[in-house]
Amino acid sequence: MTITADRPEVEEGSTLVPIPPAEGGGPQEGVRPRWLSQHVGTALICAAIGYAIGHWFGNYISSDYIYIANSGSNSVADFLALAFGVVGWLAGIGSLNYPAAKLIGREAKPQVTVDHWSKFVRFSMDHKVVGLQYIVGVLLFLFTGGLLAMAIRTELLNPTTHVFGPGTYIEIVSEHGTIMMMMASSLVVGPLGNYFVPLMIGARRTAFPRIEAFSFWVFMAGYGVIVSALPYGGFPTGWTGYAPLQTQAGVGMISYLFGFAVIGVGMMAAGFNILVTIIHYRAPGMTWSRIPIFVWSILSTAALLTLATPVLFAAGMYGVLDKTVQTAFYVSEHGGSSYLWQNLFWFFGHPEVYIMALPGFGIVGELMPVFTRKPLFAYKVSAAGMIGVALLSFFVWQHHLFQSGIDPDMRPLFMLTTELISIPTGFLFLVAMGTLYKAKIRFEVPMLFVMAVFFNFLIGGLTGVFLSDVPVDVTVHGGFFVLSHFHYTIMGGLVFAFMAGVYYWMPKMTGKMMNKKLGLAHFWTMFVFFNLTFFPMFIIGLLGQPRRVFTYAKNLQGLNDFSSVSAFLLGLSFLIFLFNVFYSMWINPVKAPSNPWDSLGLEWQTASPIPPHNFDRIPVIISDPYHYSEEGAPPFADFGDDLLEPVSGSAPASTTASANEE
Amino acid sequence: MMTSEDPMTNEPRHLRRMTNIWVIASVVVDVLFWFLVGPHMAPGRLTSTAGADQTDINILMVIALPVLLAVWVFLGYSIRVWSSKKNGPESVGGPAAAGHKGVITAWIVTTTVIVLGLAIFGTIALIADHGSGGGEGPNPIWAPAGATAAETAALTKGDSWSPSSGKVLVVQVIAQQWKFTYRYPQFGGFETTQLMLPADTSIAFNVTSLDVIHSFWAYQLGVKADANPQQNNVAFTDTKGPGDFTVRCSELCGLWHGAMYDFGKVVSASDFESWATSTESANATNTSYLAPFAWTYVPDANGAAGGYYIDANVTPYSKSELYGAKQ
Repeated sequence: MTITADRPEVEEGSTLVPIPPAEGGGPQEGVRPRWLSQHVGTALICAAIGYAIGHWFGNYISSDYIYIANSGSNSVADFLALAFGVVGWLAGIGSLNYPAAKLIGREAKPQVTVDHWSKFVRFSMDHKVVGLQYIVGVLLFLFTGGLLAMAIRTELLNPTTHVFGPGTYIEIVSEHGTIMMMMASSLVVGPLGNYFVPLMIGARRTAFPRIEAFSFWVFMAGYGVIVSALPYGGFPTGWTGYAPLQTQAGVGMISYLFGFAVIGVGMMAAGFNILVTIIHYRAPGMTWSRIPIFVWSILSTAALLTLATPVLFAAGMYGVLDKTVQTAFYVSEHGGSSYLWQNLFWFFGHPEVYIMALPGFGIVGELMPVFTRKPLFAYKVSAAGMIGVALLSFFVWQHHLFQSGIDPDMRPLFMLTTELISIPTGFLFLVAMGTLYKAKIRFEVPMLFVMAVFFNFLIGGLTGVFLSDVPVDVTVHGGFFVLSHFHYTIMGGLVFAFMAGVYYWMPKMTGKMMNKKLGLAHFWTMFVFFNLTFFPMFIIGLLGQPRRVFTYAKNLQGLNDFSSVSAFLLGLSFLIFLFNVFYSMWINPVKAPSNPWDSLGLEWQTASPIPPHNFDRIPVIISDPYHYSEEGAPPFADFGDDLLEPVSGSAPASTTASANEE
Repeated sequence: MMTSEDPMTNEPRHLRRMTNIWVIASVVVDVLFWFLVGPHMAPGRLTSTAGADQTDINILMVIALPVLLAVWVFLGYSIRVWSSKKNGPESVGGPAAAGHKGVITAWIVTTTVIVLGLAIFGTIALIADHGSGGGEGPNPIWAPAGATAAETAALTKGDSWSPSSGKVLVVQVIAQQWKFTYRYPQFGGFETTQLMLPADTSIAFNVTSLDVIHSFWAYQLGVKADANPQQNNVAFTDTKGPGDFTVRCSELCGLWHGAMYDFGKVVSASDFESWATSTESANATNTSYLAPFAWTYVPDANGAAGGYYIDANVTPYSKSELYGAKQ
């Protein structure tokens, strides 16, 4: 059998990106002179200029409005400062060069990715650069939010002795929640999705590289906007931003509302780009039943990002209008409704929950076959489950409003839809158990994180069923029980899966192995102290402690202290992770083999380091991706030449060699 | 117990072993939970809704624990038995590797049956227990007998309640930053900071707010209803024996949200009546200055926005006649 015979002719260069690859770092024709080159420094300067202009402009147009003259602060100026700052940031990084040139009818100058470390602080349209930029970005969010979490746990050490004033405390709680939610919505799609989806589907780039790069730089602008709440005096509403309190709050609230709108733009852009990439940029032969399960998860997540986030954007901007020009979308005395915010927010907010869960399912599904040496069990069921979760997630949002005083008629329906969503979610465990059955499990660091995801997410998922039950929800809603539940799903599921993905793919991304001993230390501290931090919170919640409080019943101090001390040690485990990254990448780098885990995944079959266009020739996919156990199974992809070395060790992985022998 | 080795292959019957471990563990854990933890499960049995909540949580736990154990036993067994001792990869192959239609179908059917069963159980519990103590909004549809009539009557002046009347006691909870006050329309509409309830009585809580969204969470009563400005949110419960309970605000309401808690008492019906009548007469002067009893109130023209939306027609500090009742 000759596989090469079936291979359709791929015209050389026909699908090349229109962006010319740079040869070295020298100046090129049509490239901006060095003093005009754009990078994060120019972006910061332009953002500061934009901020100043916006502030001046806001004061210019609105300082004699009565409500502003009376209030002592000018919310219009504060908002316009942020908005102009974001635009300045995007202009400074070079995101607007192309659309601006097109707008005035000129050809844009090519934006060249120079192969130099400085590409990581520039507007780069290489999805591999954007992926690595995103890793730094999400870690910045993660560690900021994590520090705030440490502050929360410090305050909760004692019910009567307070570290922070109530105002500072509520600011910390709100910032922690909001930053973490923003981080989690991009945690996997941003870094790993952008980096690996094109590689996994055999594409040379994403569909819209400019939109992709734009999404990252908007995401970073969102960080600036949400952190700007701190000098603006914070906001008191938590990450949910409920309305009359939102209207009552100070200007820090604008950072929250506009921050979510900005992040929302980035989420829509990232989701749209990935969605179109997966649909249109699959290699020949990459049929829907052959795309890796990780790509399925990113596809369903991208669909949610594209469809749910516009609601968040609109809701946030309505809030900004309420706060600045006194529209009354959320003010019931003036014809609005605080329920409008609740409905809009959760209509986005529940799909958001699955934006934060599905990529984790994808990572564990992708890694299991590699470390069990078995095909993924029930691949089609798993893919269908992810699509099912994505669809159902639009029909459950009112379970956040069970006691809010909305009409109760729909309550049984939303209880039903919420419980139904546990069926497709349960497929995750079917797939896991089927794949583990009679496997040969290798407990490398990524696999340990995968097992931890199943352990944690099971607890998170089962407690979700309690919350969906309306009678039980009366007791557990708004307390530490629900807090613990969503930390088990988001942190125990997504963050653990992200770590699995980082340990697994870092060798491909950087060419260096993550240190295994430090990895083990990181895993065990994170797993143990995560559970010791959050499991007591279920009990604390059942014993009646509401969320976001700075004081609590005296008899709960023991449990709270236990949780706090564990939380500090959990924070330590993240420092071990950070140290591991520095140690493995810079202090004592160990060159990674080309395929350290003996994976059959397409992303491991390209050269290392990955060439600018990913594949010298577009691969043709000739089977589904998880033939780990079958001797003599056909190779996954045919590269049509012998440019690549056969993968060592793995039985069926002689992708090119066997084809050529015949 | 059957032999745990397949005579054909000498391979242990893994699924049978796992099932045995799982059944034993599930029975042990469920029994221990039901008898040791169950009686102490939140939120206690001070009222009908609290008791029903407790039963529901316990039933869900008894279903959830075996599911949890099924996965844990499988994971633990896999780690124990199917760990690769060697470092290098190897293929395992064989029929075990293939997807199994029967297993998949059985999984889907089982989870669907469990989930639909839970949804039906939850719905029955919700309706049978008059909304389970959750806020049902201004027009409750699962009201106990006589509650609608009592609510309507409470708005008329001169309505009364006594232990012998068998009527539903109407209590209004008014939340504001950062405290709760309570009005008793059947006792002249007096307002107090003490929440007292009679034992063995149906209670209709009418929860509203003067500013932002709060949530009235009477933990031991099994009652939780958000307090929304300009909306009445009704929740029902039947008190059982006397006891103390805690009220906490469970919706973030600003600066002192953490300190917004209160304590209440369920006392015998006759004690309650004497407390209510004496408080009514002691507070009579104050009550006369209050706005007439209504389901919602607008404290002044600036309302929830805290003075942000200025209404030129009303001075911010309006007279008591303008301290308007708004239906």
